Amino acid sequence: MLRFVFFRLLQSMIALAILSVVVFVLARATGDPLHMILPMNASAEDYANARQYLGLDRPYVEQYLSFVGRALVGDFGVSIRARRPVIELLQARLPNSLKLAAFAMGVSVALAFPLGIMAAVRKGTGVDRTAQIVSILGQSLPTFWVAIVLVEVVAGRWQWLPAGGNEGFTSYVLPGFTLGWFVVAGMMRLLRSGMLEVLDSEYVKLARLKGVVETRVVWVHALKNALIPVVTFAGIYFAILVTTAIVVETVFAWPGLGRLAYDGITSRDFPVIQAVVLTTAVIVALVNLCVDCLYAVIDPRIRYAR
Amino acid sequence: MIDAAVIPEASASLERTRSRRLPVVSLSIIVVFVLVALLAPLISPADPYEQSLRLRYRPPVWEERGSWSYPLGTDRLGRDLLSRIFHGARVSLAAGVLTVLVASAVGAAIGLVAGYYGGRVDATLMRVTDATLSFPVILLALILAVTVGPSFTNVVIAIAVILWARYARVIRGQVLTLMQLDFIAQARIAGAGAWRVITRHLLPNTLNTLVVLVTLQIGYVIIVEASLSFLGAGIPPPTPAWGGMIAEGRDVVTSAWWVSFFPGLAILLVVLAFNLIGDWLRDTLDPRLRQL
Repeated sequence: MLRFVFFRLLQSMIALAILSVVVFVLARATGDPLHMILPMNASAEDYANARQYLGLDRPYVEQYLSFVGRALVGDFGVSIRARRPVIELLQARLPNSLKLAAFAMGVSVALAFPLGIMAAVRKGTGVDRTAQIVSILGQSLPTFWVAIVLVEVVAGRWQWLPAGGNEGFTSYVLPGFTLGWFVVAGMMRLLRSGMLEVLDSEYVKLARLKGVVETRVVWVHALKNALIPVVTFAGIYFAILVTTAIVVETVFAWPGLGRLAYDGITSRDFPVIQAVVLTTAVIVALVNLCVDCLYAVIDPRIRYAR
Repeated sequence: MIDAAVIPEASASLERTRSRRLPVVSLSIIVVFVLVALLAPLISPADPYEQSLRLRYRPPVWEERGSWSYPLGTDRLGRDLLSRIFHGARVSLAAGVLTVLVASAVGAAIGLVAGYYGGRVDATLMRVTDATLSFPVILLALILAVTVGPSFTNVVIAIAVILWARYARVIRGQVLTLMQLDFIAQARIAGAGAWRVITRHLLPNTLNTLVVLVTLQIGYVIIVEASLSFLGAGIPPPTPAWGGMIAEGRDVVTSAWWVSFFPGLAILLVVLAFNLIGDWLRDTLDPRLRQL
């Protein structure tokens, strides 16, 4: 098991290293940031001074190495636009994003589990059909459109919930629901098909023959095994959540990493882009690592296959 | 990441009881939208680029002040919304189909090579695939779109750069299973080289999976393209793109709801239709793929 964790960790590190190079190159390629920060009438000398001051005149390899070295200790440089250390911006935004992601994940699980399980248990009934409609809509609705419609109807016309910002519990509801719906769709499908398969298996039949109460058969005997594919995909769901958050945070004016990334890209703020993308990648990689280890614990076949 | 697609399904027959009726409604929606996209210049009631500030924010025909000259109303610059949606269909469908074709060709090739050669080739290719898979699509597409500048071609490339990994992973999983089968061994004993085995024996046996994946992903790509256009990193204005049109209507959603509502509805219809057809194809061609 330790061996598995070690190699899996090594693999994540290599992936992150490759990614940091790609991000560095791409961020340098998004155009000259000086055009954005210097006034229109700046002279060539002003450009040269600013370039030297920001360290943009050094060789790329040197810039990259100093970037990685400092990133490892949490120093992502100074935001070119906000003129504040990037780490401060991250510290301010990251908790908001994590809270929203956690809330959305909670919404997804709370909706997907009962719906997915009931859809399998009562296959072909109204519950099943409702579940399938919820799931197919979740995969077909453009998230940002749902967000706009919700802002207009629920926050605008009915005035039930706040339209944006991050004040109190109520402001979580709309963005959390919008984010969660897409994940619900996939999770519910997996649970449904997993449950259908397991409910048909020999050991479930045996449990029923032994006289185990049906509720216990479904929620304990069957669910345990139907969960395996869901756990496998938890990492992918998380990556989807992080991605979708960029759009959702933009519409709901949510002060999170997604908004930071969007603002960073529109204003060509290299340090911010690098920091956000790398932080996101590290989080996604960590979640994936945990998921794989968890999976190896649940399913011994994975452990011994490597 | 663990490859769920290669875990054999215990009871594929379970799902087989589900109805296999042809998804007529979905197919008709796609046919209609494809026709609209092809014939957009002929059937549009107005020029999608023609501005008229006197005719800004005209409501749809059934509302007060609405008129038949602008069936779905007009936008901020007084352009006819219906004509823009018709032309937007070209952008969305072309982006969806092209991106998926590029991504599936690259991904399938990599998956076939990795699965056929195995060993180090496989390990290296799959590490790259994993790294790509774990990267949030929109984030990289955003960076790429801004890097190389927003344009139709760049959006297609930006999304395809990430999307191929999905195909590589699934196809490689299938090839690994196929390689265990006798007919591949026999082909190799008969002297077939790598190229022949891959193109004549492995590829045809993964085609069903490819078709299902392609159909399921066209809808996804249309949504990603719309998201990018919505964020201002996709198809640049004034070209009518559904995502961009929704963004234009975002700030006036209270006073002129139709500007962002109808393009959204168009996206929903097309993506829904593609997803339903994809589901049907999967159930029919390849029930093992149920988890995608």
